Amino acid sequence: MRKLALKDEILMRVEKPARYIGNEVNAVMKDKSEIQIRFAMCFPDVYEIGMSHLGIQILYHMLNQFEDVWCERVYSPWVDLDAIMKKEHIPLFALESQDPIREFDFLGITLQYEMCYTNILQVLELSEIPLLASQRDEECPIVIGGGPCSYNPEPICDFFDLFYIGEGETQYRALLDLYKSCRTEGVGRKGFLEKAASIPGIYVPSLYQVVYHEDGTIQERVSLAEGIPETIHKELVRNVTETCYPDKPVVPFIKVTQDRVVLEIQRGCIRGCRFCQAGQLYRPVRERNVDMLKHYALEMLQNTGHEEISLSSLSSSDYSQLPELLDFLMENCQRKKINISLPSLRIDAFSLEVMNKVQDVKKSSLTFAPEAGSQRLRNVINKGLTEEVILSGARLAFEGGWTRVKLYFMLGLPMETEEDIRAIAELCNKIAAEFYDAVPKEKRREKVQIVASTSFFIPKPFTPFQWAAQCTKEEFLEKAYLTRGAIREQLNQKSIKYNWHEADVSVLEGIMARGDRRLNQVILKAYQKGCFYDAWSEYYKHDLWLSAFEECGIDPDFYTTRERREDEIFPWDFLDCGVTKEFLLREWHKAKEESVTPNCRRQCSGCGAARYQTGVCMEKREEQRS
Amino acid sequence: MKVRIKFSKEEPVKFIGHLDVMRYFQKAIRRADIDIAYSSGFSPHQIMSFASPLSVGHTSSGEYFDVELHSVPDKEELIRRLNDVMVEGIRILDAAVLEEGAGNAMAQVAAADYLVTFRDKRALPGDWKERLLAFYDQPSILVQKKTKKGEKEIDLKEGIYRLEIRDGGICLLLDAGSGSNIKPGFVLETFFEREGIPLPEYPFQIHRQETYLKGEDGRLAPLI
Repeated sequence: MRKLALKDEILMRVEKPARYIGNEVNAVMKDKSEIQIRFAMCFPDVYEIGMSHLGIQILYHMLNQFEDVWCERVYSPWVDLDAIMKKEHIPLFALESQDPIREFDFLGITLQYEMCYTNILQVLELSEIPLLASQRDEECPIVIGGGPCSYNPEPICDFFDLFYIGEGETQYRALLDLYKSCRTEGVGRKGFLEKAASIPGIYVPSLYQVVYHEDGTIQERVSLAEGIPETIHKELVRNVTETCYPDKPVVPFIKVTQDRVVLEIQRGCIRGCRFCQAGQLYRPVRERNVDMLKHYALEMLQNTGHEEISLSSLSSSDYSQLPELLDFLMENCQRKKINISLPSLRIDAFSLEVMNKVQDVKKSSLTFAPEAGSQRLRNVINKGLTEEVILSGARLAFEGGWTRVKLYFMLGLPMETEEDIRAIAELCNKIAAEFYDAVPKEKRREKVQIVASTSFFIPKPFTPFQWAAQCTKEEFLEKAYLTRGAIREQLNQKSIKYNWHEADVSVLEGIMARGDRRLNQVILKAYQKGCFYDAWSEYYKHDLWLSAFEECGIDPDFYTTRERREDEIFPWDFLDCGVTKEFLLREWHKAKEESVTPNCRRQCSGCGAARYQTGVCMEKREEQRS
Repeated sequence: MKVRIKFSKEEPVKFIGHLDVMRYFQKAIRRADIDIAYSSGFSPHQIMSFASPLSVGHTSSGEYFDVELHSVPDKEELIRRLNDVMVEGIRILDAAVLEEGAGNAMAQVAAADYLVTFRDKRALPGDWKERLLAFYDQPSILVQKKTKKGEKEIDLKEGIYRLEIRDGGICLLLDAGSGSNIKPGFVLETFFEREGIPLPEYPFQIHRQETYLKGEDGRLAPLI
């Protein structure tokens, strides 16, 4: 039997000890003596969050299919165990073998949101791996970063040996083979990294230097080694049907955020909302074959015993085989009483009919994401959802028995005016009015409930808004108060509940999102002062962050509040995410003109992703069909 | 028909709490393709009830739950199918079809026996065994027991059916009725506290050996 890394006395003292014992259904166990590469895959947040992430499940499955590799999982110990481990000098361990991470060949860390950056340092420190890549010796694991935030890896580049840019399914085998041959030939860590820099999608930050202008913007990047690429191109799976997908996902003992089978039906999005980073990074949209999805749905449900399956994609309604897939799932889920959950579905007659069949109408609420209150501003952000569509969808839903509607908006979008903010309140009011109009008094079982939530807009790299200025904390809060006030003025204000996101953390996220290499020292300092779990509002320590910036002599506003010049070199410009900077700039101009760009299925906008020769770029377009 | 299943819970799953063990078995039953009955209504759930919750950190070789099944494979087949989908640390030990009208597992539980061992005996005085037996020999042991409503005085002695020192530890047969359950740790903590013997944190290793019902003849018998 496995020996646990933590003594009973410790496990009995911490909250949810099941986070640390491994042994879950479908966790992969291998014989150490029969494998050559040990890979620790880390999500730098608590177990329940990390275990809910599909990307890691895919890579875990893929790496463990390789006979010479054993991939294990590791998450951030929660604050209670963190304190015990630091006090008692217990090294961080992987869940499967319970062996220290330090003994592994690779530590892969997924970067899903900027607010996990200090947790990367927590994981490294607990693993007893030097925080700075430059201080690591031959014995240390190679630390790899990947995931959406690696599209601007510069603020955390000092902590990583290399980054994998793009979708993980394609280049790991080449990287691992190179590692093995370097080991056989006695090529050391530095030599391995230099060779790895030539593998497509691999970025080795220590091999490049950045030179700045006096005003703090970038003058140029200089390669420090011969023959390494100046531009790193993202990796992309060309055929998302004939690729690996986890048929036996790990089933946690404790309830996690995503406690269900997740079926990724397609990758990418045709919509091109101008604030959305994922919509650009995963271009072009690629659908999985419906037969493959049917097969995996049944396999995964059988192998996990989950009572729910969720379809995952950026915009499920755009999946062309959706009716066929849903019919199949409804037919097959009935017997074992399995729920089907349908996030990111456009609200229309079809989706309401489906939801009526698969969900408890009384419990569920409907979600709309207009993102902006007025049509003018929705045109600016290229969100192709009209007021008419929202109101008619809401009306259909009310007629079908729904009474709760959730609405998501953003505050602080470029070109936003007071009028646009008032329009948020007015839209909420119109939806409530639609309820009273659609449902006669005698049929109103319960009151209509509208929950409007606003987040603060944060410009992200590789979006048309990467040039935009971000609001200050004060501006953000002013906008939230304005929204609240406008909602209170509405006739149906008693049916509308309003929530807004915290402003401090949005400012910091904005700094990290478009930050450069000079932020490494700030993150390190903030961590040393006690910042971690920044994504958890109860642990977010804004004052410590501010003093870290001050002590490093770095002005946080440089990264957020200025509108960037069109010819500015951005820290992430050396990466090629598939869409061109020219396209993004065109979209930035169109945003300023309040002009809409059609979705990829209607018309090609020449973003640059057609070079991959796959997905929607190869489909016949609607105008060509007719 | 109603079927009772007996299972063990050992390392490392002893750290999984009762509610999560229930969730674990709900998923296991789906994986094993057991033809379980669901409740009717908007959110159907499997008809399943557990005998007696086991505290986090305790191990057991005598855990039970009842399920309502539409059809039952033969007993060996049922056990095998479930064992095929278990994790390390949980084994299905036995199963039995219950007679029509049999009470559910939770209502039937009357007693449980435990083997308690010390993680570290060094802190104990040399004469602890004699003192423990003398403690048990008292005609009554009045203690304050915490309940949902507050505290009440009970006679602990009435809830201890047997106390012996053997098998390298302390064997306790205790009342495990749903309203009158006595925890083994509570008995021993009371003793050490009264004797003024300080204990380290988490001093005991507790293993539930069997869970009993009271038969018609008034004698205790295992749930299966």
